[in-house]
Amino acid sequence: MSATTESVLLRLDDISLSFKGVKAITSISFAVKTGEICALIGPNGAGKSSLLNVINGVYQAQSGSFSYAGQTRRRMRPHQAAERGIARTFQNIALFKGMSVLDNVLTGRNLKRRSSWVEQMLRLGRAPREDDEQRRHAEKVIEFLRIHPWRHVLVGKLPYGLQKRVELARALAAEPKLLLLDEPMAGMNAEEKGEMSQFIRDINREFGTTVVLIEHDIGVVMGLCDHVVVLDYGRKIGDGTPEQVRANPEVIAAYLGTRRTRTERH
Amino acid sequence: MLYREAGQLSTTYAPQRRTFRLRQGRVGLWLLLGFAFIAVPLLGNDYWFSAILVPLLVLSLAGLGLNLLTGYAGQLSLGSAAFMAVGAFAAYNLQLRVPGLPLLVSFALGGIIAALVAVLFGLPSLRIKGFYLLVATLAAQFVVEWVLTRFSWFTNDNASGVITSPPLLIAGLDFSSPRGRYLLTLAVVVALFWLGKNLVRSELGRNWMAVRDMDTAAAVIGIRLFKAKLLAFAISGFYLGVAGSLWAFAYLGTVEPHGFDLSRSFQVLFIIIIGGLGSVLGNFLGAAFIVLFPILLANVFGLLPTGLIDSGQLENIQKMLFGALIIAFLIKEPEGLARLWQRFRQRARVWPLRY
Amino acid sequence: MEFFFEVLIGGLLAGVMYSLVAIGFVLIYKASGVFNFAQGAMVLFAALTFVSLLERGFPFAWAFIATLASMVVLALLVEKMVLRPLVNRPPIILFMATLGLSYMIEGLAQFLWGAQVHGLELGIADEPLEIRGMLLSQFDLFAAGTAATLVIALSLLFNKTRVGLSLRAVADDPLASLAVGIRLPRIWALVWAVAGFVGLVAGLLWGARLGVQFSLSLVVLKALPVLIIGGFSSIGGAIVGGLIIGAAEKLAEIYLGPIIGSGIENWVPYVLALLFLLVRPAGLFGERAIERV
Repeated sequence: MSATTESVLLRLDDISLSFKGVKAITSISFAVKTGEICALIGPNGAGKSSLLNVINGVYQAQSGSFSYAGQTRRRMRPHQAAERGIARTFQNIALFKGMSVLDNVLTGRNLKRRSSWVEQMLRLGRAPREDDEQRRHAEKVIEFLRIHPWRHVLVGKLPYGLQKRVELARALAAEPKLLLLDEPMAGMNAEEKGEMSQFIRDINREFGTTVVLIEHDIGVVMGLCDHVVVLDYGRKIGDGTPEQVRANPEVIAAYLGTRRTRTERH
Repeated sequence: MLYREAGQLSTTYAPQRRTFRLRQGRVGLWLLLGFAFIAVPLLGNDYWFSAILVPLLVLSLAGLGLNLLTGYAGQLSLGSAAFMAVGAFAAYNLQLRVPGLPLLVSFALGGIIAALVAVLFGLPSLRIKGFYLLVATLAAQFVVEWVLTRFSWFTNDNASGVITSPPLLIAGLDFSSPRGRYLLTLAVVVALFWLGKNLVRSELGRNWMAVRDMDTAAAVIGIRLFKAKLLAFAISGFYLGVAGSLWAFAYLGTVEPHGFDLSRSFQVLFIIIIGGLGSVLGNFLGAAFIVLFPILLANVFGLLPTGLIDSGQLENIQKMLFGALIIAFLIKEPEGLARLWQRFRQRARVWPLRY
Repeated sequence: MEFFFEVLIGGLLAGVMYSLVAIGFVLIYKASGVFNFAQGAMVLFAALTFVSLLERGFPFAWAFIATLASMVVLALLVEKMVLRPLVNRPPIILFMATLGLSYMIEGLAQFLWGAQVHGLELGIADEPLEIRGMLLSQFDLFAAGTAATLVIALSLLFNKTRVGLSLRAVADDPLASLAVGIRLPRIWALVWAVAGFVGLVAGLLWGARLGVQFSLSLVVLKALPVLIIGGFSSIGGAIVGGLIIGAAEKLAEIYLGPIIGSGIENWVPYVLALLFLLVRPAGLFGERAIERV
């Protein structure tokens, strides 16, 4: 199954990243097709979050390049990534704790604004109409993720699971082409994970959003994703469909240990 | 029972955008404005105008200015008084040297100049965060104070370094009487508060709060930190500049650069701490507290038998109580008086029930 | 050329005095993460108490001990009534609490002892010493010597004693320190007491120089640029920072002053610190905060 250039949304070419001499990512290349759900899996510390940060512009890779929507770059600033339709959630929830759910989701739409602050201050011109428009869009997302009962609640007061959903809502509100999710189901129980998987699948199906997510639960990954990339110690050790990856001996060794280790434990 | 929302449902978003969503709130506001604009000038006496209402209004405006920068945008500043000074002295010089310039235009231009100075000293906020930013605003405070004292051009070469207020004439009407000063101040403050309220509920206000709460995340969702921070300094500077002009001309009548010293900056900071960071109403409440507390204390002392406590000690006792109150506020209600008011309103909404 | 060195050394010695105040800040910041704005007020309180006791006939040593005791009591009260209730709040709240605290302590000091200026004689001759053709103030040299001794003593405390180890642990991670059994309230009280002691020494030296009066508490404001340059959590940095600020201030006053105008020493330290921050946001010795997203 080769990816034709038109259908590839994101391609990483030989990306390497190091922090003060410590290599976080070494020569990683893979491609994500438009409209697919791709999972990045691997043991802790394998460099998955760092990889997302590179795509998103938070970190700058030392070498290699990546192409997104046809344009090739080595580095991209965070707000450029946002302008080009990349949205993301974070491992440790990066919500604005002093604002309500609705306000947080509305901030996700800040790039869709056309009226200036002066117009908004004087409540003139396009501003009131735009306010309503943005509110409508935000409400759509809020209802889609079923967080409307809490729309005016201060985000800092919500339980963890709901906060994760609000962060997803904020990312979704930007109508992104590419959604990067960093452990969206961390800390959830089986029922919540099922719900979140359903949301992600719905987002992918209804809006056609391409999703790259980092996830530890293999069951979720197998059921949800079309494409899996496996990282270990900053290197790619697997790349393919869930079935292909599951059968990959290197992946098995990284996750489960080799046969000998297992029998030795008895 | 009275303060209920029953029956006030909206089918469009427009009513929700209003400043006061409940009809009771709107009615209350109009009543208050009517009281302030009509009843008070008729009923009030000169003492109340000059010593209480005018400084209260001006300080609440200054508080709002600082609150926009510190409470909403999260940029800590101890330079408020410097920006007030710039506004005051700029307006003074404009009135003095540009013949025929309307008073309100001078105020506005003074505010704009203050905004520019604020942006200049706010540039470091692009590299420095949080606590360290204090140094930039402290630098502003001391540099401005020094510049205004050193170059006598600003004080029109007045030997004592003091400037006096130009005549408060607007459209031919004289506002120099205490009642007039009160009305002038009230009008300016109400107008700027309305604009400020719209601002904090707008996209810019949300962007500010995002920068305050987590600026890396804000950048990631596309907010331009540069623009947001500098706009915060500029708009805050404008508000403080206008407040400075009012302070010098509508309240004191004469002012020297040292009237806008560091302790004034602290005063404005205390107003927003006590009133509530990130609140518009809080600035009124905080300013009211700052203005009324010393008076209240002096009156209480007057009631005590004479000789019990030396009157010279009044100031020290005031300082101690003030400091203690600030600490108590921070412990018990860090979101200030505004939060207390909000809690009261929430209980009023469901009264006579409990929840 | 000698004049330049004279000015320079004079500035350096003045800078040592700034360092003394800054060290008090560093101690508290290191142990509790709080920028104690009330340090200036504490310096004033110490100086006023000491001077007033002297004036009432207490001998030097007793006055010193009594003042020290009152500083310790103050520290314990502060820990119990201000720090403990605010233990989990964001740093800005703590900073503002210390603002309130400084008001309280200032008011208290003047309530107890009055607001007049007191002269303070420490028994050091004020005649200038002549070294290599330069005139140096004996007093400043004494101050420098005292500061040096203090720094050595503090370094020994932090690095060679068990208490010092606890202090460093708390500075690094209060929660982890709790986990290994360190009694946080005690450590905090101890740190504030030590800071009080440093404040007392600083207060005495500054008081002897300027006279003990209200403006003493404004010295704290000069400490901020010192801390910015030297970093908030390093004693060595406070020394270096103080030296730099002291020298820069004096040099600017003497050499730039006649050109630009008098009084520039009021803002030179801040502008200097500001420029410094633009280049090195964490100070010379401070730690860079790494934000993990």
